[in-house]
Amino acid sequence: MHPAFSVIFLTTLIGAGQGLFLALFTSQFYSLANLLHSPQTAELYAPGSLLALLLLGAGLLASFFHLGHPERAWRSATQWRTSWLSREVIVLPAFMSMVMLYGIVHYFGWTQTLFVISDALPVDLSLIIGTLGTLLAFALFICTAMIYASIKFLQEWHTPLTLINYTLFGIASGFMLAAALSAWMNIELVAFFGAWAVIATLLALLTRVISLIRNQRIRHKSSIQTALGIRHNHIKQSTMGFMGGSFNTREFFHGRSDSALKIIKYFFILMVFVVPVALILVSYMIQSPHLPMLAFAIQFLGLIAERYYFFADARHPQNLYYQNIA
Amino acid sequence: MQDPVDHNDAGQSGVEVKNTTCYMCACRCGIRVTLRDGEVRHIEGNPAHPHNQGVLCAKGASGIMKQYSPGRLSKPLLRKKNAKRGESDFEEISWEQAFGIMHERLAKIRAEDPKKFALFTGRDQMQALTGMFAKQFGTPNYAAHGGFCSVNMAAGLIYTIGGSFWEFGGPDLERSKLFIMFGTAEDHDSNPLKIHISKFKRQGGRFISINPIRTGYSAIADEWVAIKPGTDGALLLAICNEIIQQGLYDRDFLVNYTNAAELVIDDQKSADHGLFYPAEMHYEEGCFDPQNKLWWDKELDIAMGTHTPGCNPYLLGDFTLDDGTAVKPSFQLLKERMEKYSVEWAESITGIPAETIRRLAHEMGVTARDQKIELPIQWTDTWGNEHDSVTGNPVSFHAMRGLAAHSNGFQTIRTLGILMTLLGTIDRPGGFRHKAPFPRPIPPCPKPPKGPDCVKPDTVLDGMPLGWPATPDDLFVDDDGEPVRIDKAFSWEYPLSVHGLMHNTITNAWRGDPYKIDTLLLFMANMAWNSSMNTSKVRDMLTDTDDNGEYKIPFLIVCDAFHSETVAFADLVLPDTTYLERYDALSMLDRPISEFSGPVDSVRIPVTEPKGDCKPFQDVLIELGSRLQLPAFVKQDGKRKFRDYPDFVINYETSPGSGIGFLAGWRGKGGEKFLKGEPNPKQWEMYANNNCFFQYELPKSYQYMRNWNQGYLEWARAHGMTRYAEPINLHLYSEVLQKFRLAAQGKRPGKQPPERLRKRVETYFDPLPFYYEPLESQLVDTREYPLNALTQRPMAMYHSWDSQNAWLRQIHTHNYLFMNPTLASEKGFADGDWIWIESPHGKVRCMCRYSEAVEPGTVWTWNAIGKASGAWGLSPKANESQKGFLLNHVISEELPPCESGKHLSNSDPITGQAAWFDVRVKVYKAEDSESKQSWPQFKPLHRVPGMDKKRGKWQNYVAGLFNAGKKS
Amino acid sequence: MTQLALVIDLNVCVGCHACVTSCKEWNTSGWAGPMVDQHPYDNDPTGTFFNRVQTYEIGTFPNMETVHFPKSCLHCEDPPCVPVCPTGASYKRKDNGVVLVDYDKCIGCKYCSWACPYGMRELDEYQKVMKKCTLCIDRISDESKPESERKPACVLACPTSARLFGDVHDSDSEVSVAIREQGGYQLMPEWGTRPANHYLPRRKTRLQLHKDELERVDNPLREESLPAAEGETLDDIAF
Ligand SMILES: Nc1nc2c(c(=O)[nH]1)N[C@H]1C(S)=C(S)[C@@H](COP(=O)(O)OP(=O)(O)OC[C@H]3O[C@@H](n4cnc5c(=O)[nH]c(N)nc54)[C@H](O)[C@@H]3O)O[C@H]1N2
Ligand SMILES: Nc1nc2c(c(=O)[nH]1)N[C@H]1C(S)=C(S)[C@@H](COP(=O)(O)OP(=O)(O)OC[C@H]3O[C@@H](n4cnc5c(=O)[nH]c(N)nc54)[C@H](O)[C@@H]3O)O[C@H]1N2
Ligand code: SF4
Ligand code: SF4
Ligand code: SF4
Ligand code: SF4
Ligand code: SF4
Ligand SMILES: [Mo]
Repeated sequence: MHPAFSVIFLTTLIGAGQGLFLALFTSQFYSLANLLHSPQTAELYAPGSLLALLLLGAGLLASFFHLGHPERAWRSATQWRTSWLSREVIVLPAFMSMVMLYGIVHYFGWTQTLFVISDALPVDLSLIIGTLGTLLAFALFICTAMIYASIKFLQEWHTPLTLINYTLFGIASGFMLAAALSAWMNIELVAFFGAWAVIATLLALLTRVISLIRNQRIRHKSSIQTALGIRHNHIKQSTMGFMGGSFNTREFFHGRSDSALKIIKYFFILMVFVVPVALILVSYMIQSPHLPMLAFAIQFLGLIAERYYFFADARHPQNLYYQNIA
Repeated sequence: MQDPVDHNDAGQSGVEVKNTTCYMCACRCGIRVTLRDGEVRHIEGNPAHPHNQGVLCAKGASGIMKQYSPGRLSKPLLRKKNAKRGESDFEEISWEQAFGIMHERLAKIRAEDPKKFALFTGRDQMQALTGMFAKQFGTPNYAAHGGFCSVNMAAGLIYTIGGSFWEFGGPDLERSKLFIMFGTAEDHDSNPLKIHISKFKRQGGRFISINPIRTGYSAIADEWVAIKPGTDGALLLAICNEIIQQGLYDRDFLVNYTNAAELVIDDQKSADHGLFYPAEMHYEEGCFDPQNKLWWDKELDIAMGTHTPGCNPYLLGDFTLDDGTAVKPSFQLLKERMEKYSVEWAESITGIPAETIRRLAHEMGVTARDQKIELPIQWTDTWGNEHDSVTGNPVSFHAMRGLAAHSNGFQTIRTLGILMTLLGTIDRPGGFRHKAPFPRPIPPCPKPPKGPDCVKPDTVLDGMPLGWPATPDDLFVDDDGEPVRIDKAFSWEYPLSVHGLMHNTITNAWRGDPYKIDTLLLFMANMAWNSSMNTSKVRDMLTDTDDNGEYKIPFLIVCDAFHSETVAFADLVLPDTTYLERYDALSMLDRPISEFSGPVDSVRIPVTEPKGDCKPFQDVLIELGSRLQLPAFVKQDGKRKFRDYPDFVINYETSPGSGIGFLAGWRGKGGEKFLKGEPNPKQWEMYANNNCFFQYELPKSYQYMRNWNQGYLEWARAHGMTRYAEPINLHLYSEVLQKFRLAAQGKRPGKQPPERLRKRVETYFDPLPFYYEPLESQLVDTREYPLNALTQRPMAMYHSWDSQNAWLRQIHTHNYLFMNPTLASEKGFADGDWIWIESPHGKVRCMCRYSEAVEPGTVWTWNAIGKASGAWGLSPKANESQKGFLLNHVISEELPPCESGKHLSNSDPITGQAAWFDVRVKVYKAEDSESKQSWPQFKPLHRVPGMDKKRGKWQNYVAGLFNAGKKS
Repeated sequence: MTQLALVIDLNVCVGCHACVTSCKEWNTSGWAGPMVDQHPYDNDPTGTFFNRVQTYEIGTFPNMETVHFPKSCLHCEDPPCVPVCPTGASYKRKDNGVVLVDYDKCIGCKYCSWACPYGMRELDEYQKVMKKCTLCIDRISDESKPESERKPACVLACPTSARLFGDVHDSDSEVSVAIREQGGYQLMPEWGTRPANHYLPRRKTRLQLHKDELERVDNPLREESLPAAEGETLDDIAF
């Protein structure tokens, strides 16, 4: 597939936004459950939510660049019964409003306990909103990922791994960002977020490597033989019927050489996994407030490359029909 | 969006539908044009039209983009005073000025030496008018595309069977069982051929294609036989031989309808050697074969007149007549000739396995013999025999330029005619069928002028500019046997050049050999590009000057509808209309769209107004003819006779009162007659009311065996299609050729070839078919240049016309040189590499493409996709000029010097057919350092006055609007 | 239910592109138009077409086939392009099974084109909406046209009648009969899209020759003079 930067930004930005929100809420949950002892935790939620919202908003904005008719974007909410894209379009704003509410609630400190569950968990408005937000964040992961994973003949994408990777990348980058944010705000959650970020990143490494291996070994169900309905081992297109290109030659090809793709692959493995994890470890050891920020920045850059690769790696069966000009 | 069910054309206002005839190519399909507010909304095939039955082709369906092309001219143009030729630097002038210039110049030429005016036309359909204009002017220097197109096809078959493929006849696929196609990529009857091949296949017919390349039609052949270019003669001879050896020929047919049994004088020493023994009998002289020939009767073992009732002659044997003359039936001579042509011999030449050749011969012979067709149609032959049925042998053939465009094409095609004759398939169901006005006598009656005296100042040409020589005395040569025409047609160099040699005109005129001319008028011919061989050099000749700084070809007038490469070289440009803007007659006098079942002709009637100052070329000729006072265009008192072309078409008669005019339908005062009859003032309306065509269906009994069908021949004579109702026996043995050979041998009185040409004429004018290697291969080092280079017609492009067409050019934007991957990898070419293709005459840089569909000794490309930068309304950066290439640069218009002459045309030595496909080449990789651009490149042309301004990046066409649809 | 479709006979398609341009010509000024051309007179011209004709080479020289392969929307019975559309712009008509795009609703998100395994949809780069073969819906439903012309432009234009049009759900229709009798098949059956359009494969006609066909008594060579007898014969010497 041709990697579309609008979509790459959309998915990486909202992924980080979702992850950040999850990180915030996780920390709130932990502290509520008294698993985390940090007096300043609450200072993080409002700005954190704002940052998440900004990311989500930026993602949304990026997505508009993908549309031919952004002015009609509202129409895309109508087909939620069948279209994952439509569902995403519904869930994204719903999630964004939760994030916003979450931030507002924290900003104004409307966190009076409403009731207590099992004598241990005091429930307040933020917890309810946070829980709903969490559900929506996961729903959004599912919707976004399913846009890709549901297309069954894009076999590189049509796997639960797409969903898992997607979610883990969002979580990893979100926690990484939370770590960076805490480091920047000088809140003692750096280690907490950093640790989770590392865990998520390592898990993502595992699942992404599995998917890379899977994709490398994929046996495509469609072949030139099934595309034409002609059985012969030696079939070659002599002309695709036009010479100056078409939508089909532009939208479904990455147009890069295999070696360039390989470089991108190693680049993202380094940038998404190796470097950030190393940086977090180092920052843990030297207690640097800057390294987590660098870690996030590098990981985010890596994720853009990863998403690029994700697109480029997917071989659309339509390409079987567009192989030669003459 | 509105529901399409409620939103369709039915609800639109301002909609009109008009019929006319397509001219996106020479196929002449009937079309229906839907206009919305006067602008073209849609062009579709006219379902009521006999020719295309409602279907279209890619070009026909893109007519809109031709009509509105920004490459169109719209103003008469004069080269600016100080501008150089070739740079397309023009000023706009009025038609009055243009006519003034032409009148002055041409009147002077006509008064001094009419041959100094030469009129050559390309792929047009108006030879009836242009040829008549030339004759009236008095110049013999006229021809159309035929000589560089497929004259070998016309001559090879017409001199053998009295009709031909091309636009004159074709395979009866409706009834055929086995169809063999030689060297055809697309051909003129584009749509009819496709309709019929498809029906044929669906009926279970077997289709074999013989071609070095498998594209287009060959793709759907049941069997593809890959042949080395230029070797079909060898294949056909071996097949004929096998058919004769196996006795698979149709003996009855040969005896009755060909000269197979006729006795030929077999005496090397005699001046009549190789002529038919003339029996003593009275016959009228005419352009037909007199029946004064003899057969040798088996029963009585004596000679007797042909077609003597009850006589069953020998086809084989040698006999001695009472007067001691040794004679043989011509079939015996043919059989002897064939004996050396074994299938193994043919394998070594054609590259086709001997087994395959043998099988092909058997398939043809057995199918012809065992699947006989018998139709319950009574008919009477010219000898008075009545037949209860029409029978046929369902093996049919088609062939075109793959055979024609080689310098051995005439003999190859004659061999094909002989094969079809052996199988008994001429004008019979399931075989080859004629289309009116064919069959015609062998050869047809019109003759070229006889000598220099036929050209006189202010006088109509004595003779036809083009004709059909039957003997050496019909040649158009001076007392030294040298040519009178600028293209040297009808000279001893190319005696049967019945369509002229347009491809040598510019070179000859430039060199002044045989003489210099003053004015060259090119109509619809892109001679500075794809219809010239040696294009780069020809372009130089057009701009070359003599010592006084005068152009060697002093005045060049070009009539074109588009900004073609040739327009750039013109001194005067005449902007023509498109086919949707003018009247045309697709006349019985030229090449009508006749069906097997009878004559059909058709017309164009304008559906829109001419763009700008465009004027139909026909009107231009009529205006010029009137101003020049050419007899046919003015009345006794010198006043003009015809208002314009439509008026001319109605009122012109080939001679006063002849009743024959351009259109055959609805003649006679009230339209009650056809073919022959007085002018009918309402003729155009009547065509318009009949979907723009006239069709006459012959009675069934006249539809077959027309060479010998008494009823038909008499009908044809009565309706002015033929002069005689004599049988047209097939020339298995060609006495016509033998007459030229005897002259070359110095054995007979009359016109004699110059010494240097004696051997050449003697060699190639063989009355029996034979194979020789194409001339170019004989003269160049084929080890240095081991490959054959070919072009093919793409179905979606017409010659150079269509790069200005926004839709068609997306299909063929540039071209590649296709080659077999084994050849490519031998040369170290990767698919798509930039390479050089080089012949002994020139070289071209282009890109290569792998293809399994080509014989490894052949490379090929689509014809005329490559264009000169800036021409055709395209940007100078367009792919056509930057990646596309024109193969013509490597094809020479002249042969390397040899004993027969220094400047012989690269053509068939019999007909002067341009040998496009003879070129030998080598290929090698372009250096990495070379630019990734095709070569040669020419200085970009710029737009000329009257052209639309450059179109933008987007084009959104809706019924005449160019920027429909909103951009968001 | 009616399911209109094309059946394309690869056995007779000569790759002439008539269907390509006749499609553009009809549709650019019709309901589904305009169909843009980009750089129409410049380098690398490109544009919207609903139908393309491609060519494939099967096998290697000399045992090879050249196959011309026309390609337009297959009007799948289970079209994956439709449910993914977030706006409902892509839809399959209930009355005749034609898959269409409503340009007024389309937001140009291209998702449907990703979801078509065949690459049969093309985004119009000027109008920024998705376009595709409409089966000439505004021709086939135009009741003012005679029945014989209520067919897609490409079908009417095709000189080899390689394009059949009709209802594949009506088992007596020309298209159903052709599919049944001539081995009509669907493209990429592995995805369960159930294309309504079908393709008919190449079929070969061969001739079987028997040896005795070349050795017959009516061989015309026998009519020619047989070698004359010379000298003694058994009749002269044997009793
Ligand atoms: N679409 C379209 N139609 C056209 C034209 C056009 O430009 N475009 N031009 C029109 C004109 S003017 C003409 S003359 C006709 C010509 O019609 P065709 O004769 O069909 O035209 P070509 O493309 O020259 O085809 C020549 C074929 O012969 C093959 N060939 C070449 N050499 C040999 C050989 O030695 N032996 C054999 N067996 N085959 C050989 C080539 O591979 C090619 O397939 O087409 C007419 N129709
Ligand atoms: N290498 C190679 N060269 C070949 C051939 C080949 O097979 N290989 N084939 C040869 C053959 S068979 C032929 S017939 C020739 C064809 O050669 P030509 O007939 O010379 O070439 P065309 O490209 O048809 O273009 C003739 C001119 O007609 C113009 N034209 C188009 N429509 C109109 C109109 O309505 N009115 C006027 N006045 N002009 C119009 C075009 O703009 C163009 O400039 O090419 C020959 N050249
Ligand atoms: S074959 Fe020629 S005349 Fe017929 S539709 Fe095509 S371009 Fe027009
Ligand atoms: S119009 Fe017919 S023959 Fe021509 S390419 Fe299309 S389907 Fe094939
Ligand atoms: S071919 Fe593609 S666009 Fe057409 S219905 Fe099927 S999936 Fe949709
Ligand atoms: S591009 Fe248009 S038709 Fe396609 S999915 Fe998006 S909105 Fe629907
Ligand atoms: S059915 Fe109509 S829209 Fe579809 S390819 Fe044919 S002409 Fe084009
Ligand atoms: Mo031609």
